[in-house]
Amino acid sequence: MQDAVSTIAATTAAGRPADGVERWRLVARNVFPFAVVGTIWEIVAWMGIFPHRLFPTLEEVALSFVQLTMAGILPHHAIQTVIRLLTGFALAASVGVTIGVLMGRSRRAEDILLPLVSIGAPIPGLAYAPLFLLWFGLGNFSAVLLVGFVAAFPIIFNSWTGVKAVKEIWLRSAQSMGADDRRMFRHVILPGALPYILTGLRLGLAQAWRILVAIEMLAAVPWGLGWMIFGAREFLNTDVMMAGIAVIGIIGLTLEKFVFQKIENYTVVRWGMVTA
Amino acid sequence: MTETGQSARSIVRAAITLAAAAAVYEALARSGYFAPALLPTIPTIARALYASLADGSMIQHAIYTLYRVMFGFGLAIAVGIPLGILMARFQRVENFFLPLVSALMPIPSFALVPLFMLWFGIGNLTTILIVFYAATFPMLFNTWSGVRSVNPIWLRAAGCMGADEHSLFWKVIIPGASPFIITGMRQSFLRAWIAVVGAEMIAASDWGLGWVIFDAKEFLNTDTMLAALVVIGAIGFLFERLVFGSLERATVLRWGMVRSAKG
Repeated sequence: MQDAVSTIAATTAAGRPADGVERWRLVARNVFPFAVVGTIWEIVAWMGIFPHRLFPTLEEVALSFVQLTMAGILPHHAIQTVIRLLTGFALAASVGVTIGVLMGRSRRAEDILLPLVSIGAPIPGLAYAPLFLLWFGLGNFSAVLLVGFVAAFPIIFNSWTGVKAVKEIWLRSAQSMGADDRRMFRHVILPGALPYILTGLRLGLAQAWRILVAIEMLAAVPWGLGWMIFGAREFLNTDVMMAGIAVIGIIGLTLEKFVFQKIENYTVVRWGMVTA
Repeated sequence: MTETGQSARSIVRAAITLAAAAAVYEALARSGYFAPALLPTIPTIARALYASLADGSMIQHAIYTLYRVMFGFGLAIAVGIPLGILMARFQRVENFFLPLVSALMPIPSFALVPLFMLWFGIGNLTTILIVFYAATFPMLFNTWSGVRSVNPIWLRAAGCMGADEHSLFWKVIIPGASPFIITGMRQSFLRAWIAVVGAEMIAASDWGLGWVIFDAKEFLNTDTMLAALVVIGAIGFLFERLVFGSLERATVLRWGMVRSAKG
């Protein structure tokens, strides 16, 4: 409901143009706004209203993007960031889904864990950052741990809601058809809760991504896009910063569009859970 | 009967959990395995919290943070709602802004902090703009999808009954989209709250709750850090529960909109 990517994908998929002319019109329509903004940017940059160092032209940004990529610096930063993201997210997903499902299944677990989770959740993740840095030191360990910790909350909440939202009637009918606990979990509860769990994972990944960039700036990790941007500021390399921001945007878009939509298509949409 | 018994037992269990968690923490803090500077005891934290509240410094920090968050959040509402409505009502506006917005959305607000620091210096302006950037997108998207999802039958019915553009907009579209708009405000405040703490840490100014935490780290004042964490959590919780909860009750629940929004 609130993300552009899926909406765009939906509209383009729904109104899939039949002939080439229509398709070109669609491309042109999507490119046009960027052309306008890019032109305005170029004009402002060339007029020199702002210091050139702080407001580089788009060619310079593109040039430093190409140079950094060729030199292998940008890919290295990006790979480190993605590894950190995936590690933290894997941590959050495994812990979050386990706790969430447990809370959904057992009243006792819910009573015990819910107060702890609801106290931790409303505090912005980054507020924990200095605490984690003090407790676990600078560097990778703290960064990954914080990312995992912060991303776990939406995953816990959504898995919990998902398990609770499994229809009572499915449980009863599975039971009366003689499903044991294991089959019940594997074939009824898990598929039933999956749309929620996937939403939670998606939110968790988005949260992890937002926090990761910031924690890389604070935790003094050796490589990483956040660190690259932060370091470039010291040398007034605005073009490098812009290139880094562009890569961050591309990775974010890729995660959303290619990873999660694919997973969703393979599981919940195929099982007919989303429209049901 | 059983339901009240259940909920009473839940409350008791919750209290036991919290007490147990506090006891474990206290035991760890007192055990001496960890440096007391890193793991202060709960009374120490409470004392730090009380002292900073009593001399007004924590309140001052909170006021600065709230000012920034409210300013940025207000800007986000002022831009997000009108733009969202325009995007939903006019195809041209949507065609122009949707690609731009979808390209900017996946860029986390914190990635822009260093750039904004160069452009706008450190302090209020940078923080407010980061908050604005972070809070605008949820506002915009929810308004947009809210207006788009107004039931077409309502529009036609109002049209048949002779509503002009003006009353159609204020009496049908805005109330119809309001559940989404309020959800958008909620999400966008949450984002704003996250963004303000982060921006205050990175673009260190001299006041603000995020800055308190970050500054306390330099001096190993873990008690102050935890006290500020408590204040941050409390303010976030209050806003979520009291402000948005009562806003929701006063508008969409009273109008009976929530059910139709979900369906």
